[in-house]
Formats: sequence, C-alpha cells, structure tokens
Amino acid sequence: MKHVPVFSFGTMLMVFGVLLFSAPVAKAQQSANLEINTPAINGIRSTLHDQFLKLKPYLQNGAVGLTDDGLMAVRDASLIPLAERGQVEAIVSSDNHARLELYDTLAQANGHPEWAGQIRSTFARRWIDKAPSGWYVLENGSWKQK
Amino acid sequence: MSMAKWIQMASVVSLLLLLSACVTINIYFPAAAAKKAADRIIDDVWQLKPHTPVKSVPPASPQSSSGQ
Repeated sequence: MKHVPVFSFGTMLMVFGVLLFSAPVAKAQQSANLEINTPAINGIRSTLHDQFLKLKPYLQNGAVGLTDDGLMAVRDASLIPLAERGQVEAIVSSDNHARLELYDTLAQANGHPEWAGQIRSTFARRWIDKAPSGWYVLENGSWKQK
Repeated sequence: MSMAKWIQMASVVSLLLLLSACVTINIYFPAAAAKKAADRIIDDVWQLKPHTPVKSVPPASPQSSSGQ
C-alpha cells in the first residue's frame, strides 16, 4: 500500500524535472538573437531615422550631442539659428521619447520587460562607440568631441 | 523517519533547486545578442556608411579630364 504513492510521486517528479530542464534550454537557443523586426519596433526605427535626418546637421556642428544614458541632448543652442532653435529642441525631445520607447518595446518583444534598462545601457554604449568623429558625446557629465 | 518520507523530502528539495536554476537561467541577460541587435538598429537609423562608395568615382574619367 505504501509503495504506490511514493512511486507515482517520483515519476511525476521525473517528468517535472525533464520539463524544467528543457524549458531553459529552448529559451537559451532562442535568445542567440534578439527579435528586432516586429511592426512596433520597425515603426520606431523609421521614426528615429526620419528624426535623425533632421538632426544630422546639428549633430555634425556640435549643437546636439549623444548622452551616455542612451539619449540625446542640446549641447550648445547658440549653434542653431534662432528661428530653428525651438524646433530642434522639440525634435530632440521627441527623439528621446522614441528611444525610450524603443528600449521598452525591444524588451517586451523578447518576453523580458525587465531587460529595458540593460538594453538601454547597451544602446548607450553602442550609439557613442559608433558615432563618427566630430560628434559630441556626454560622458560622466562632461562633453567630449569624438 | 520512514523511507517514503525521506524520499518525499529529498524530492521536494531537488524540485526547489531545479526551479531556482530555471529562474536563474531565464533571467540572464543576453549581452552579446543585445549588442548585435543594437548595432543593426543603429546602422539602420543612422545609415552613415555609404552603400555604393566605389561606383561614384570611376578611376579613368577624372584622370583624363584633369590631364587635358
């Protein structure tokens, strides 16, 4: 009488164990690449590209720079013609919103909303590393020209 | 303690260990994959590298025009 429940519990446990082991393995194989091609992500990518084209001259002349928190900032507003200053500031602000949305959306698309912070710091490093020479980057509180 | 009880307790402990291992693996952040994803998106957003840099300047024509 006593052997039957112990055996069935052990069998259940074995099945459970196999399931538990196979799940993380499958997850690990999937995460060799992050998903970056959902409609939401592609929408943000094209928004970022359009806004970049408008900001490009100001990134090149140093009016706008990249910050080490994965965003952008107006570095020297005096380098922007007065008539365009407000507009450039608005684009920088809307670009920063799109960037934060990108980091959140990427984390969500890959099933880990809690990764948004790490994705943001990965992007922060790569935006700065990939920025062409002449652009300004804000690192540890001070602007440097690449 | 009976054999059955002992096995049951050991099973529960190993189940907990398995569960914690599973959670640890799933929380791990794929840093290399994230870097690759970032690079692809940044290249796409900036498009700074010209795609056809060779075609724009044929080597023969500028020489002949500047030489004469």
